[in-house]
Amino acid sequence: MSGYAVRFDGIGMGDVAAVGGKGASLGELTRAGMPVPPGFVVTTAAFTDAMAALDPDGTRRARVGRLDPDDLDAMAMVAADLRRRVARAPLPERLRALVRERYRELAPPGTAAVAVRSSATSEDGADASFAGLQDTYLWVRGEESVLAHVRRCWASLYNVESVAYRLRRAVSEADLAMAVVVQQMVDPRCAGVMFTRSPLTGDRSVVAVEAAWGLGSALVGGEVTPDRFTVNKVTAEIVKRVVSTKLRWHRADPAGSGVVVAEVPAELRDACCLTDRQLGDLLAVAKRVEAHYGTPQDIEWAVADGPDGVAVFVLQSRPETVWAGRDAGPVIPPRARAFDHVLDVLGGRVARARPAQPPAPGPAEDAGER
Amino acid sequence: MTVPANHSFPLPSEVADVPGAEGWRSMYPYFTRFQPEDDRRFWFYNAMHFPEPMPAFDTITAEIPYTAVSSNPARVFVLPTTLGIDHRIVNGRVYISANPVTDPAEIGRRLAHFEPRAGHYYGNWDRLYEGWKERVRNLIQEIEAVEVPALPEVDDLDVVIESKGVAQNHYVRENFHRCLDLYSKMWHHHTEFLFLGYGAYMVFFEFCKKAFPEITDQTVARMVAGVEVIMYRPDDELKRLAGQAVEYGVDDLFVDDADPAAVLAAVAERGEAGTRWLAAFEAARDPWFHVSTGDGFYHHHLSWNDDLTVPFAALPRYVRQVRAGQPLTRPTAAIRQDRDRIIAEYRALLVTEADRGTFDQMLGLCRVVFPYVEDHKFYCEHWFTTRFFQKIREFGGLLHRQGVLDDPEDIFQLHHTEVDQALSDVMLHWASGSRPVGGSHFRPIIAERRRVLAVLRDWTPPPALGPMPEALNDPAVQMLWGITAETLETWASDAVGDEREIHGHAASPGVVEGVARVLRDVNEIGQIREGEILVCAVTAPSWGPVFGKIKAAVSDIGGTMSHAAIVAREYGMPAVVGTGQATRRIKTGQRLRVDGDRGLVRILD
Repeated sequence: MSGYAVRFDGIGMGDVAAVGGKGASLGELTRAGMPVPPGFVVTTAAFTDAMAALDPDGTRRARVGRLDPDDLDAMAMVAADLRRRVARAPLPERLRALVRERYRELAPPGTAAVAVRSSATSEDGADASFAGLQDTYLWVRGEESVLAHVRRCWASLYNVESVAYRLRRAVSEADLAMAVVVQQMVDPRCAGVMFTRSPLTGDRSVVAVEAAWGLGSALVGGEVTPDRFTVNKVTAEIVKRVVSTKLRWHRADPAGSGVVVAEVPAELRDACCLTDRQLGDLLAVAKRVEAHYGTPQDIEWAVADGPDGVAVFVLQSRPETVWAGRDAGPVIPPRARAFDHVLDVLGGRVARARPAQPPAPGPAEDAGER
Repeated sequence: MTVPANHSFPLPSEVADVPGAEGWRSMYPYFTRFQPEDDRRFWFYNAMHFPEPMPAFDTITAEIPYTAVSSNPARVFVLPTTLGIDHRIVNGRVYISANPVTDPAEIGRRLAHFEPRAGHYYGNWDRLYEGWKERVRNLIQEIEAVEVPALPEVDDLDVVIESKGVAQNHYVRENFHRCLDLYSKMWHHHTEFLFLGYGAYMVFFEFCKKAFPEITDQTVARMVAGVEVIMYRPDDELKRLAGQAVEYGVDDLFVDDADPAAVLAAVAERGEAGTRWLAAFEAARDPWFHVSTGDGFYHHHLSWNDDLTVPFAALPRYVRQVRAGQPLTRPTAAIRQDRDRIIAEYRALLVTEADRGTFDQMLGLCRVVFPYVEDHKFYCEHWFTTRFFQKIREFGGLLHRQGVLDDPEDIFQLHHTEVDQALSDVMLHWASGSRPVGGSHFRPIIAERRRVLAVLRDWTPPPALGPMPEALNDPAVQMLWGITAETLETWASDAVGDEREIHGHAASPGVVEGVARVLRDVNEIGQIREGEILVCAVTAPSWGPVFGKIKAAVSDIGGTMSHAAIVAREYGMPAVVGTGQATRRIKTGQRLRVDGDRGLVRILD
């Protein structure tokens, strides 16, 4: 992997330093054959070189590093200056050409709608809270607009909140880098998240799916109560199905770019937004993604019209963290003789109560952190 | 298992006599009546075994089983946390209550007895089970050999020539008692492995629930289920006979709604081909047609051999399937493969090596106990019990010939102690040369009891009585009846919930809609039409042929491992069992949606 703009199929988990956590994950999933909408990553090398062009000796960035985290006025002034420069300074020609080239590879060439998201090197990694401080732009169209949104992602590093956050955690300004993911938009009928273990009980034999009409942003942002499903991984049975009244949805702006928030049409509000077949497809994807990583996953997905009819797409996947630390001890250790287990129970030596599982942070809370 | 305390059921003392059936008590012995102190205990209606009001004789199918089912855990294996089961009869219905042991000191004392005893059976299971089959087959031979004295005008010459010295009337009572005694022994053997067998299932269920908190009972059941189960044999034999009918060219004689006797006569006229089919038919009948159309708890739950209507109603359909080239045999290889895949995938989902070890131990033990748990029913409730009721019916014939009963079937309207009296009457008067006097004594009693039973049939018993129990410790109660804290909560809350929705156990997956056929009684089995949804108090696996016709099954009682649930899964149709009250709330002809994934039945109109 090298260069300023690299396609998903050219990167993997080994490239976090160059493409960020989100970019590396999308690359990894693409290479593993998952249905990931195509796209590319504007690498940290592009960011570093662009910054070098507008702050050749690093003095401006060094000034940021020396700010007093409590001096909000100074911070606002210095950050605004740097943000302005990042947003306006001419980009190196080679970088512009490569981003354009990669963008034209998406369909339809030159006017493809894309999502532009930041992917900082430490994002999704040890310092996960970085995630909430960067921007995502949906439904971006046209070469110039893509380039402008790449810059807006970079510039977002110099929001007052971002700067304050780094200062408080003593993150070095010199080491700071950002990759930007540019991914083909899908126009989903419905979208959502799924956990490859139960968020409520930690059960690894089920996939918990949450789904709402339109783009996943309404669900992730907590603006809509999603439909909820529990699907058995082994038997593929849908063991639970709760259909909610879904009042809001996010959709592509019919004007051409951006997202509009609207009321869900009356006839769709109480309708289940996934068919059994689509749940089956989601289950298959969930099992493949989990098997690829070898640990339970938290997956963002969408169901949209694809080249071969309605299809499931994976938009993002990351390790499930809530229950990960609780798998330590065995449920019941083996005994000398198999029937000792029965003697234990019929003999009254072990409690017969059904285990009460600690209620884990619910999916709604979890979604709020996205 | 703890249960919510804030719900309650009617107290036994609050159950009023059904109007017009106030005389029901005269049918049953005094020890089956509710006592004032019974108000302090939790009772549930055992609709699984006793879905209909009890004719007087049939109370023996409660009295004798409970002497055996209770003595085994209480006195023989000395289960530390449970004694036996008490039963009571009210308005003709059998209610039962388990006796838990809660005092830690007593549990400790019992444990010292329990461990070596249970350990001996688990440790030698296969050998002991082989011996069990031998013992039960011997009991079956013995009951088949019991002679019902004919009481001819003059006793047999043998009695004199062989200087037997005992007249035939003596054997009236001895042989009647022999039937009861063999029936009692059969029930003791029935129970011999029962609790240990269900215990093995139970620990595996509980392990799965701990390791996979959201796993459904039916998924665990699928891992445990065996493929070669003796209860499928009667239906398999019918399918084989259908295939042979086609092969031998007598298949045109098997048409819907034909009289079995007429069909058999027509087959006999087909020369060589007919003879061959009849030979195959006779070979299949013993033992496979001894399967009861119920579970062997009522005299009128006849076996296929007693009433060929049930198997002959299924044959035309199987013949058509054979002609159409549809495979009739169960795809055992595919079923086994699917089961093994489910097991392997769940095993792989376990996180620690220790858990995989425990999983293997527990599942291995389930495999060991499985043949007994699945197959004992055929030997006991079906084969033996069919023979038992046939003998009792013969005694009914004797009483009829002697003028005590108008109809041989009337014997089942008398308690077995009353039958004893009637037989004494016959023994005395055959000897003295005058007529027995029982006719005028029993005639009005029997007429009144038949009337009372008809009135009681329309009563819908509450699913449970008394206060919520503190604990449900009995493995059989949990596994077989499906009575858990959740069940009780559902029964208690259904009274106030959505009246169009009925909750039960998700016993077999799938969702279908269709028209309900409510059967209050196994004798109504002929009313079922193709594609209907069967709604009954309890589904019996021996209704195999019926499962070929229906779309889904709903029952008042039964757990995930009840035989009905197993057969429904086998037939791949949705089933919801243990609803407590489906037969009361659903009417024949209503449209239903049966959701076997979630254990829900919805009345659509």
